[in-house]
Amino acid sequence: MKLNTDPNIARPDDFYEALIALHRDLSEEQSRQVNARLILLLANHIGDMDVLRQAMNAAAQEPADPR
Amino acid sequence: MLQSYDYPEFPFRLSDDQRSGAVKHHPVIVVGGGPVGLTAAIDLATHGVPAVLLDEDHTVSVGSRAVCYAKRALEIWGRLGCAGPMLEKGVVWQIGKVFRRDRQVYQFDLLPESGHRMPAFINLQQYYLEEFLVERAEALGVDVRWREKVVGVEPHDDHVRLTVETPAGRYDLEADWLIATDGARSFVRRALGLNFAGRAFEDHFLIADVAMRANFPRERWFWFDPPFHPRQSTLLHMQADNIWRIDFQLGRDTDPEEERKPERVIPRLKAMLGQDTEFELEWVSVYTFQCRRLERFRHGHVLFAGDAAHLVSPFGARGANSGVQDTDNLVWKLKLVIEGKAPESLLDSYDRERVLAADENLKNSTRSTDFITPKSAVSRAFRDAVLDLAEHHPFARRLVNSGRLSVPASYRGSPLNTTDKDHFDSAMAPGGPCADAPVKVGGRDGWLLNLLGGRFVLLCFGDAPAEGQLEVDGVAVAPLMEGRDFVDSEGLAVERYDGKPGTCYLIRPDQHVAARWRRYDEDAIETALLRAVGRGGIEA
Repeated sequence: MKLNTDPNIARPDDFYEALIALHRDLSEEQSRQVNARLILLLANHIGDMDVLRQAMNAAAQEPADPR
Repeated sequence: MLQSYDYPEFPFRLSDDQRSGAVKHHPVIVVGGGPVGLTAAIDLATHGVPAVLLDEDHTVSVGSRAVCYAKRALEIWGRLGCAGPMLEKGVVWQIGKVFRRDRQVYQFDLLPESGHRMPAFINLQQYYLEEFLVERAEALGVDVRWREKVVGVEPHDDHVRLTVETPAGRYDLEADWLIATDGARSFVRRALGLNFAGRAFEDHFLIADVAMRANFPRERWFWFDPPFHPRQSTLLHMQADNIWRIDFQLGRDTDPEEERKPERVIPRLKAMLGQDTEFELEWVSVYTFQCRRLERFRHGHVLFAGDAAHLVSPFGARGANSGVQDTDNLVWKLKLVIEGKAPESLLDSYDRERVLAADENLKNSTRSTDFITPKSAVSRAFRDAVLDLAEHHPFARRLVNSGRLSVPASYRGSPLNTTDKDHFDSAMAPGGPCADAPVKVGGRDGWLLNLLGGRFVLLCFGDAPAEGQLEVDGVAVAPLMEGRDFVDSEGLAVERYDGKPGTCYLIRPDQHVAARWRRYDEDAIETALLRAVGRGGIEA
């Protein structure tokens, strides 16, 4: 299966707000923990190793800070 | 330091070779009398190949080293007639539990089904294991030479010359084949100037073997971040004689000399075991570990096995267990080559098959290491996240990695295999290790693996060849027919081998499958057998 990078979330602003809210009042360390748990939960939900690899590659290929 | 064990002393005996002053020639010399070298020498002897075993020491393994011996290694020692005392003395176990702080997050069962002769694991101090192996080697008449240290190795195109130092001075001897099982710091490897590539890990671990009466069950217990040893991990194993192996992770910035002092070790143990538990320290050491392997395990007439060829982290018990599988793979091939029934190139399949196995072991042990000792903040965050989630979410328990315990490799893609043409609903594909099953022979209970032994076997369900041996160009195959030679008393052989009537398996002397078919076909068997001894062409 191909990694879906087309719009797939019905209300993207709601999602984004919830993601930021999740980290409100957390320390850097706590945020890192929450993110790690979130990635693991989502990865298991996807399950397909091929899709996961595509997502990892896509994440790694974004330029970090073009400046 | 050990109170519970009296070391045997093996005397130096002046050999006829050294006394004669002439350079004597042997078919096979094994260098290094640890578990792997001893197993090699015993295997050679059971195959009727006379072997000389040289060991620089005069006793068994000192202190506490290997502990866990896996089912496949026990099956090999069973074939070699020396598993009995190990099973009797060892602590049988199959359950592992993983704790985070004081709560269990994961549990595994390494042998959830019955109908196997050997248990998933036994725990046994290495000195006992070696003692039993030495007894077996001596009973078989192996020429074991204690206090004989190899100080020179001279490889030639068709033989190897050794210089050996003994209490009586130096002498030279020669061998057609040299098996180097002289351990992690192998002299033979260094003498040949071979690169031992890999990496060293910085984390220190403390081993404490303690004698105590404890109520822990016969299970492998592993803690992440336990209350008695915060931020680090701890591993507990029961051994023979009420000796317990406790392995504390110490981290990177520790002083090994300080950490092994009793005044440092005892408080750690009291924190874990309770202030009132009585125990005695038997052995303490601090170790780090490395993951390395030789690029090739065969160098002409020198063959490397065990730690001399590959080093893994201790998590997963993949050191000694894989070394024993090395020689299990090597010795039958060497015998056929020595007898002129197989080309020397058959030994290249030893290299190929066991390098594949070593890579599998290295991969697994490195993955465990990365989980147990995360190397970065992110790596630690993911590790902790797995442990956080494991308590409530089943998927995360499968990610918890406190060591993936030794299982035999399947030699997928080996040139000795004949690819399946028929369909099978069984894990025993060509290259895979044979599963055991309870059987009856002449009305008496037995085990399938015992019937296979250390020879080529044609295991037949239903249709079978005529009585007696098959022989192809001097290579014998013993037919073994269900219903005639044994009875599959619980139906487990049929189940595990998908043994519908007519099914035949060609099985190698190391009890790995070479080929299988749905009906008896002598031509196909002949072709597969020649391929399995390195005399066939590459499969089209």
